[in-house]
Parts: sequence; structure tokens; C-alpha cells
Amino acid sequence: MDLNTKYTPQSWPDHPENSTLEGKNKFVGFWLFLGGETVTFASLFATYLALKNKGPSGMEFTTQGLFELPLVFIMTMLLLTSSLTSVYAMYHMKNYNFKAMQAWLMVTVLLGAAFLGFEIYEFSHYVHLGFTFNQSAFSSAFFILVGTHGAHVLVGLGWIILLMVRNAKRGLNLYNAPKFYLASLYWHFIDVVWVFIFTVVYLMGVMG
Amino acid sequence: MSSIAQKKGFGATLWDYLTTVDHKKIAILYLITGGFFFIVGGIEAMLIRIQLAQPDNDFVSAGMFNQIITMHGTTMIFLAAMPLLLGFMNAVMPLQIGARDVAFPFLNSLGFWLFFFGGVFLNLSWFMGGAPDAGWTSYASLSLASPGHGIDFYALGLFISGFGTLIGGINFLVTIINMRAPGMTYMRMPLFTWTTFVASALILFAFPPLTVGIVFMIVDRMFGGNFFDHTMGGNTIIWEHLFWIFGHPEVYILILPAFGIFSEIFPTFARKRLFGYSAMVFATVLIGFLGFMVWAHHMFTVGMGPTANAIFAVATMAIAVPTGVKIFNWLLTMWGGSIVFTTPMLYAVGFIPSFVAGGVTGVMQAAAPLDYQLHDSYFIVAHFHYVIVGGVVLGLLAGLHFYWPLMFNTMLNEKLGKITFWLFFIGFHLTFFIQHFLGLLGMPRRVFTYVADQGWDSYNMISSIGAIFMAAGVIVLVVNIIMTIVKNEKVGRDPWGDGRTLEWALPQPVPFYNFKQTPLVRGLDTFWIEKQEGNKEGMTYAEPVGDIHMPNNSFVPVVISFGLFVASFGALYNGEKSWAVPVIILGLGITFASMIHRSLKDDHGYHVHKEDLLDDKGGKH
Amino acid sequence: MAHDVHTHVKSQTEYEYKRRRSANEMRGQLTTFAIMIFLTLIAFTAVYAGFSPNLVVPIILLLAVIQVILQLYYFMHMSHKGHETASMFLYSGVIVGLITVLTFVTIVWW
Repeated sequence: MDLNTKYTPQSWPDHPENSTLEGKNKFVGFWLFLGGETVTFASLFATYLALKNKGPSGMEFTTQGLFELPLVFIMTMLLLTSSLTSVYAMYHMKNYNFKAMQAWLMVTVLLGAAFLGFEIYEFSHYVHLGFTFNQSAFSSAFFILVGTHGAHVLVGLGWIILLMVRNAKRGLNLYNAPKFYLASLYWHFIDVVWVFIFTVVYLMGVMG
Repeated sequence: MSSIAQKKGFGATLWDYLTTVDHKKIAILYLITGGFFFIVGGIEAMLIRIQLAQPDNDFVSAGMFNQIITMHGTTMIFLAAMPLLLGFMNAVMPLQIGARDVAFPFLNSLGFWLFFFGGVFLNLSWFMGGAPDAGWTSYASLSLASPGHGIDFYALGLFISGFGTLIGGINFLVTIINMRAPGMTYMRMPLFTWTTFVASALILFAFPPLTVGIVFMIVDRMFGGNFFDHTMGGNTIIWEHLFWIFGHPEVYILILPAFGIFSEIFPTFARKRLFGYSAMVFATVLIGFLGFMVWAHHMFTVGMGPTANAIFAVATMAIAVPTGVKIFNWLLTMWGGSIVFTTPMLYAVGFIPSFVAGGVTGVMQAAAPLDYQLHDSYFIVAHFHYVIVGGVVLGLLAGLHFYWPLMFNTMLNEKLGKITFWLFFIGFHLTFFIQHFLGLLGMPRRVFTYVADQGWDSYNMISSIGAIFMAAGVIVLVVNIIMTIVKNEKVGRDPWGDGRTLEWALPQPVPFYNFKQTPLVRGLDTFWIEKQEGNKEGMTYAEPVGDIHMPNNSFVPVVISFGLFVASFGALYNGEKSWAVPVIILGLGITFASMIHRSLKDDHGYHVHKEDLLDDKGGKH
Repeated sequence: MAHDVHTHVKSQTEYEYKRRRSANEMRGQLTTFAIMIFLTLIAFTAVYAGFSPNLVVPIILLLAVIQVILQLYYFMHMSHKGHETASMFLYSGVIVGLITVLTFVTIVWW
């Protein structure tokens, strides 16, 4: 198979993400990886729940005193919207519209970067308050859980940017279509995890 | 192919193995590295038995003893048993399902090198201020208090090699799901492929909790975290849970592929199809599923309360049912067959009573009240050596003899093989059977010495003598391997004469593209069917001869793994040496830069042309 | 092996049909997005309204689960054919994860 075949919208397959064996393998392998990631995040959530509000005697920080919902709400909206924009990107990928796909991916990256910016602001704010990583078991668990999610956002951004830059001049083919598709799956998964973070960590935290 | 067979210089061969993405060569790498660590772990075991041979011994100090038992357990589980099994999976599974390679050849190589550098890093601890000394389970309350860097080596080494194993697991799963030859339905897959499948699924779900636990450990010890420190609100039970949520499935990750190897050996040498194939498959899947529901039986004495203990006790006992199904199926496979006692068959037959003994003591410990009595005694040591040595190691040795001709195109000496078996088998029972009684007499595990005249002296001596037998068996095995390599007498296709599955239908040595034409699988035990019908080629083909697509070799996996290896040294000395943080950044930089390099460079592989294949006359050398 | 991709050039009708179908699907995705935003709003409002946590916690957890199912089945296309293996492994992961979480809120010694 010549991977550099030029396609037209008419000859572009319905499922470009898994119409080669390599694409099929990547597709299945990535879903399995997400299954493993589910367990990873479940372990982190479990630990957070076990250590929530636990600290040295007389600790002043609690979830109720610490978290501010408006910020979380903005972050949620940013990430949720970026999930939609990456759906748009994949819509155009399947229609063999490379430019539109790149544009929507760009929007996704910007929204993701904004999310990450707010997260960094939030973390530095906590650190200024004295709620540092080393302050208590609660702080360690909080920063590891939310920080791991943040690291995933960072990796996702790097991945999408790398793909956009690498393929900017070449357009779509059956070699890179699966890669774009997997990057978008990863991005959705990041949003899935965030849904539980804002619910379990922030919303349930504010209620005590 | 003929050009590949020509003699190459040492440098070229080394470079070939450093960059290979061929599953058959990666299998050999796993075999060499795993075999090396098996010897290292065995030497550690001998030191333990020398120390315990007589009371009040001072052969090694108490601190050194703790390091030795920790490294013995860690090495044997993570660096010997698992890699050896991954090696057999690599060598055999793709051939069994009629695939030209695994799904992700590059990741396959990456998985190996991560394991390699993780293992090397862990063992460097011996030369860099002391090995880990908190037991292979490394319970947090103990390991946080351990001075020096031993535990740091443990955590970082397992972190790296754990990623390697996870990658290997995903790779095997995708290979089995996507790359089976036409006609190879799930219910026609050989049992070894099935057990590889289930064990890989267990790897996929069991290694993330371990990784998370190890990250907590790394953070707590090196970066000031508080997960396990109760004065800061932490909780040491979190480590125990995470470790055993991984640790129990790990036992099945080890034993299921061994079951698979035996399920191949029994029908081959009883010359009769496997009894109850579908029941075997079902039992395998069920064991895998139940394996996740029972981890807390390692923690009965922690104080989880009677309800939790009861639930986990019942779940644990339930696992005996599918395991029993397997045992009976193996027995009934032999029943009425015309058995040839080759070396692999001897191991297989010896495995059944040994493993049943280990299983029965397992059910004893599943009874929570009795476990309060047995916990932390030599009874436990006896039990898990009966399942791990009597199950996994016998499986590995059987597999080594059985698959040696497939991997190296030569045959291990049968006479020496049988001597190895008898020495090892007798030594194994001598060493560990008596430890049940030591446990019942009250000898606690993990003690470096004991006072004389408690009734333990002669039992310990007997146990140590048994260990010498096992060591002798391994030495004979090494001699056997060296002699076989020196003699280099080539064997042809189907060297055992009774091969049943697809891998034995291949010409020897197996061409680097495995199958010139993709085979068409017409039933369970494909090769057997073709032989019965007098098909000289041993295969029915699903396609005409055509160009074959192959992946390119790559050195990048070594570099990625090496970067993490470097970064680990930085993490190890964080807060202690001024160069620590720059080294972390340097190491991670190497890793990420090589990953980016990999993703920027298109790697489409290459094609072996039809004309070159036809020259080859099917690789029948 | 199946390395060859047989390129099939669609006729104009086929092509237009495909475009229309995916445009329809995209409208569905927009609806999904609207529902997800709505669910998020309910969750935040429920917390702000200050009802008893015993009431609110189950509700917002349920909302989160619904939102994640929408995300998985529509945004990540799990409702499409060819996701049987994917969902089997994802659900296995979810089961292991749920057991882990259950353990850590019940039998960790507090």
C-alpha cells in the first residue's frame, strides 16, 4: 500500500482512522490503553477520597475553605468546549477537509492552553496560601490527582501541536489520519476525567 | 533470507539485537536477560539457605539478610519469571496465530528495553550503598523508615520496568485481537495464546495500581509527599491495598502462561487432543476475572473487619473451582493417550502434584481464621514457593526445553534435561515441603537467624540441602545449554514429531517474516489436521505469494529507556546532591526528545519482494 | 495480509449521502454538547442552592455519570459499530476502578 496516495473527498474512506491494519491496531491498542488509564485515575481518586481533609493535627485547610467554584466553572466550560471543537475537527477529518480540521484543532489547543493556564494559576494560588504539596496528606493527594490530570492536558496539547506542525504541509493521508483520531480520543478522555474531578473533588468538596 | 543466514561479525550482531523489532529476536533478548536475573535470584536464594542452615548463624548480617530476601523476591518475580514468560509469549504466540509480527513491533522493543534498564537500575543498588531491604512487598510503614537509598532503587526500578510490562501487555492483546490468520477464530486459538491473552489483560489492569502506588512511594521518599506518613494524615494501608490490587493479579499473570505451556505439552506428548478445550478457555477467563476480586486475602490480619474478611475468603476459595477444572482436564488429556516421557512431559507431569499441593495450602489460608495462625510464618513461604516454583518455574523449564528447537533450531540434550528435572524436582520438594512444618512449628518468615533447640534445626538443614539439589539442577541445565550451542546440531521442522499447532508447521529456522503465505486455519490443532490429511507442506494457504511488508529496525527504544534510566539517578539523589535536578531534566529530555524524533520521522517499513521470497524455497534449510 | 486498502471512489450520490449523514450526526453532537452544558449547570446550581449534601451528592454523581456516558458514546463514537472490544476493555477497567474506589472509602482503617 502506498501511504502517500492522494485522496479526494470522494475517494476518502468512511473510516479513515481504521481502514489500514496499522490504523486498526492503533485504534484497538489506544482503547485498551484508555482502559488502563481508567484504572490509573480510579486509583488516584480512591486515594484522594481516603485522604481528603486529612492532615497533621490542627490543619487549617479543608476542601470547604479552599476551593472556589467560579474558577472551576470556567475551567469546566473551557474543557467541555474544547471537547466539542475536537469533535468538529474529526468531523472535517472524515470529510477530508484538512484546513478546517487544522483550524478546529487550533481552537482546541487554545482552549486547552487556557484551561491549563487557569490550573497553574489555581495551584500557585494555593501554594501562596501555604497549601503546598508537602503540607499534608490531603494536599499531596489533591495535587497528585489534579496534577496528573494537568499533566495529561499538557501531553495532549503537545501531541496535537506536534501532529499539526508535522502534517501542516502534507495534508491528510491514511498514515496520519489514525494519529489525529487517537489524539482526539485522548482529548475526550481528558474531559471524561475532568467531569469526575469537578464533581468529586470540587463540588463534593465545597459541600464538605 | 540466505543473505541473513551468512555469518556476521560480533559488532553487527550486537547492533542487530540492539535495534531489532523482530519478535523472535526480542524473545531471545528476554530469555537471556531473564535467565541472567534468574541466576542472580538463585544465588540470592542460596545465600538465604546457607544463612538459615544452622541456628545462630552469622554468615551474613541481619541487614544484609534483609537486602538479600528483598532482592530475591523482587528479582525472581519482576526480573526473572515475568520476562521469561514474556519471552515465550514473544517467541511462540505470533507463530501460533499465524501472524507475521506483533501489532506494534517498535513498542515491543521499547517494552523490552524499559524492563532491561529498570532491572539493571534495581540491581545497581548492590554497588551503590545497599539494596532495598523492606521485603518484595515493601510495606510503606517499613519502607519509609528504611535509611539509605535501597527503597528508592526499588521504587524507581520497578516504575521503569513496570511501564515496559504494560506496553508488552497491550501489544500482545492487540496482536491477538487483530492479527489472527484467516480461520483462526477465538475458539480455535491454542491454549498458550489464550493464556497470553488473559494474562495480558491482567497486566493492563493490574500494573496501573502498582504504578500509582510506586509514584506515591517515590514522592513520599524523594519529594516530600505525605501519602503514607500518618503524622501528616497519611495512611499506610493505602500502599498495602494498591500493592495487592496489583500483586494478586500478578500471581495469575505468572501462572496462567505457565498453564498455557503445560496445556500445549500435555496433548503433544499424550498424542491426543486437549480434553475439554472450551472448559479450559472458560476456566482461564474465569481465573483472570476472579483474580481481581481477592487481593485482600493478603491482608486478613490488617484489621479490615469480619465482613470484608468473609467476602474475600469466599471469593478466594471460589478460584479453586476453575483451577480444579484445569487439573482434571490435564489428567484426562493424558488418560488413554500414548504418552512419551520427554523432558517437557516430565515437567508437566511433575507439575500437577506440586501445584495441587500449593493450591490446597492456598485454600487453607483462604480461611481467614486459620490465616491468623499461618500469617507471616514459614507456612506462607512454603505455600507461595509451591505455586511459584511448582507451577511457574516448572512451566518455564518445561517451556525452555519444549520451545528451544523453535527458537534456536537445535535440541537440548534429553538425558541432561531429565537429570535437571530430577535434581530440581527432588530438591524443590525437599526444600519447601518441610517448610510447611517449620511454619506450623512457629518459625516466622523473614528472620535472619533463630535460636537452637526449638525443633527447627534439622528441618532447616534439610531445607538447605534441598536448595543445593536445585542449584545443581540449574548448573546441569546451564551445561546443557552451553553444550547444545557448541554442538549446534540443526533440527528440521516439527522436531518433536508430534507438534499440533501452527508454530510447528513452520520451516526451520523460522524465516524472519514467519509466514511466506498467510495460512488458512481449518480447526483446532491446525498442524495436526494437515498432517492427518497427508499435507506435506503442513499448511493450507489463504493467499498467493506476494510482497511482504516488514517494519524497520530502530535504535530509538534503547534511547528512550536510557533517558528514564538517567533521570532515575537524578530522582534518587533529589535534595541531596546539587546535580540531582539537572540530571532529572537531562534524562527526561533525552526520553522526550527521542519520542518526538520518533513521531516526526515517518516509518513506513519496507517490503520484501515476491521474487526474493521465491528464491528462498520456503526457507527449508 | 490485509495491508492493501482498496480505494473506492464514491459516486456523486453516495458522496452526497455520506456528507449529509455526517452533517446530521454533527448536529446530534451539538445537541449532546448542549445537554452536557445543561447537566453541568444543574450540578453547579444544585451545590450553590445549598440543599442537604445527602440529596445533592447522589444527584451530581449521577449527572457526572450521564455526562461521561454521553462523552463516550457520542463524542468518542462508542455507539458506532466496531467498538465491541473497546467497550469490553473499558468496562473491565471501570469495574476494577469501581472496586478500588469502593475499597478505599470502606476498608482503609479510618
